Amino acid sequence: MLYTEQVIKHFKKPHNQGVIKNADAIGQKGNLACGDVMKIYLKIGKKKNGHESENFIKNIKFETLGCAAAIAVSSALTDRIKGMTFKEALAVNKDDIVNDLGGLPAPKIHCSMLGLEALHEAIENYDKK
Amino acid sequence: MKKIYFDHSATTPVDKDVLKVMLPYFTKNFGNPSSIHSFGQKAMTGVDQARAQAAKFLNCKPDEIVFTSGSTEANNLAINGVVKAINKRNKAAKKLHIITSVIEHDSVLEPIAGLEREGFEVTHLSVKSNGVIDPEEFKKAIKENTVLVSIMYVNSEVGSIQPIREIGKIIKKINDNKLKTWQNREPNERGDKPELIYFHTDATQAANFLSCDTQYNYIDLLSISGHKIYGPKGAGLLFVKSGTPIIASQLGGHHENNRRSGTLNTAGIIGLGKALENLDQEKVEKNNQNISKIRDLLVAGIQKNIPDVVLNTDRENSTPAHAHFSFLGVEGESILIALDLAGIAVSTGSACASNSLKASHVVVAMGIKIEVAHSSIRFSLGKYNTIEEVETLIRILPPIITRLRKMSPEL
Repeated sequence: MLYTEQVIKHFKKPHNQGVIKNADAIGQKGNLACGDVMKIYLKIGKKKNGHESENFIKNIKFETLGCAAAIAVSSALTDRIKGMTFKEALAVNKDDIVNDLGGLPAPKIHCSMLGLEALHEAIENYDKK
Repeated sequence: MKKIYFDHSATTPVDKDVLKVMLPYFTKNFGNPSSIHSFGQKAMTGVDQARAQAAKFLNCKPDEIVFTSGSTEANNLAINGVVKAINKRNKAAKKLHIITSVIEHDSVLEPIAGLEREGFEVTHLSVKSNGVIDPEEFKKAIKENTVLVSIMYVNSEVGSIQPIREIGKIIKKINDNKLKTWQNREPNERGDKPELIYFHTDATQAANFLSCDTQYNYIDLLSISGHKIYGPKGAGLLFVKSGTPIIASQLGGHHENNRRSGTLNTAGIIGLGKALENLDQEKVEKNNQNISKIRDLLVAGIQKNIPDVVLNTDRENSTPAHAHFSFLGVEGESILIALDLAGIAVSTGSACASNSLKASHVVVAMGIKIEVAHSSIRFSLGKYNTIEEVETLIRILPPIITRLRKMSPEL
């Protein structure tokens, strides 16, 4: 089970790690029993799109308890998502994240799912508001 | 960066004197030990010498040793070999019973699970919170149809020492009684000789530190692996006390007295013999004292410099080399990777567990909560570790834990 250079880079110095104090939405997935917990904080802005205005992710931060892969996934995910509209963000799939990291060992693929699920939950929580 | 190795339960480096005796058997003495000509005999002489060294270490006869590829094979051979041999002569077709523990290595648990699927009866003994089985629970688990007991000598993850001699004694007493009762009957009423209980122990993690005298410990079968004792990988042995019924798993060559076919791994066997010879009592005692001191420093250093840690190794009841910790609120693998990037090799429990995401079955069996088990790191020291290396660890580890904890959400 070898991690790629990208995974190690993100693990050593994760991007967008931390808390947004007055976040507009928060999503959290995983539990202690499975070993990984990911929490995503979002700050939402509005973008003009013709006559309509669209929600977009102005800022994103994460907190993660998990293995090196889980931390790298969180970091890579936030990199990719930052600045996207909700629609764009929801279209991101696990393969995108795995590719951003130059691949993940097979048993660790589920970490990438967890990150996406936390993001989806945060967006859902915002829409419910 | 000078690297530091604290993962001796996974494997050890081959000692220089071990390598030295092995080398000629790759080239000059390359003969097949089964060949009758001088090339073969030269190789066989080396194997015989290794067998004698192993016999001395185990206090047994040379022909009671079956060389294998390692402990995994030895464990498989012991379990399947004994149970199937007894079942073959099981005229009454009664269900045979096996006793093992919940903290065994997978190379014991899985062959036993296979037998269970085939219809054999199995009891898994639990462990106390210090990772040691309870001999009283063992006594109660023994049944009239029990034929095999497989209990490891030392647990690879937390290092807990099992009461092997006590278990062996209990079994011997029961066996002696069975035979006595049978003998005391009138010859025409005796019937078939009763099946005895055979005792197997996986001594893979024990050989470096503890007596593997098979007579003193009342052992019938014992597994050892070369690479855990500063010998080569791919060489190990199973001690099979004479008179123990056993069927080979690997057929087609009549090697090792028909107990394990396959051309002998001459160089590996010679290395294994030398590694065992190096484990003489005096050296072992000196080494134990030395490692124990280093471990105490490691434990004290971690406990002093890092809050919220749990020590899962019972130092009163373990090898001197193990220190298994849980660092609450951090995932073990992240610590492992961060330490590795700093040049320090440790494990999250066992090398085998690193391919699975499950929390260690051993730590969970000790009553530790799953979330705590996930934050575990095993330090296993070796005879070449130094105080300076531990000091380096104590300098490097606390900021790693702080950094990882800071990344975690509050839960």
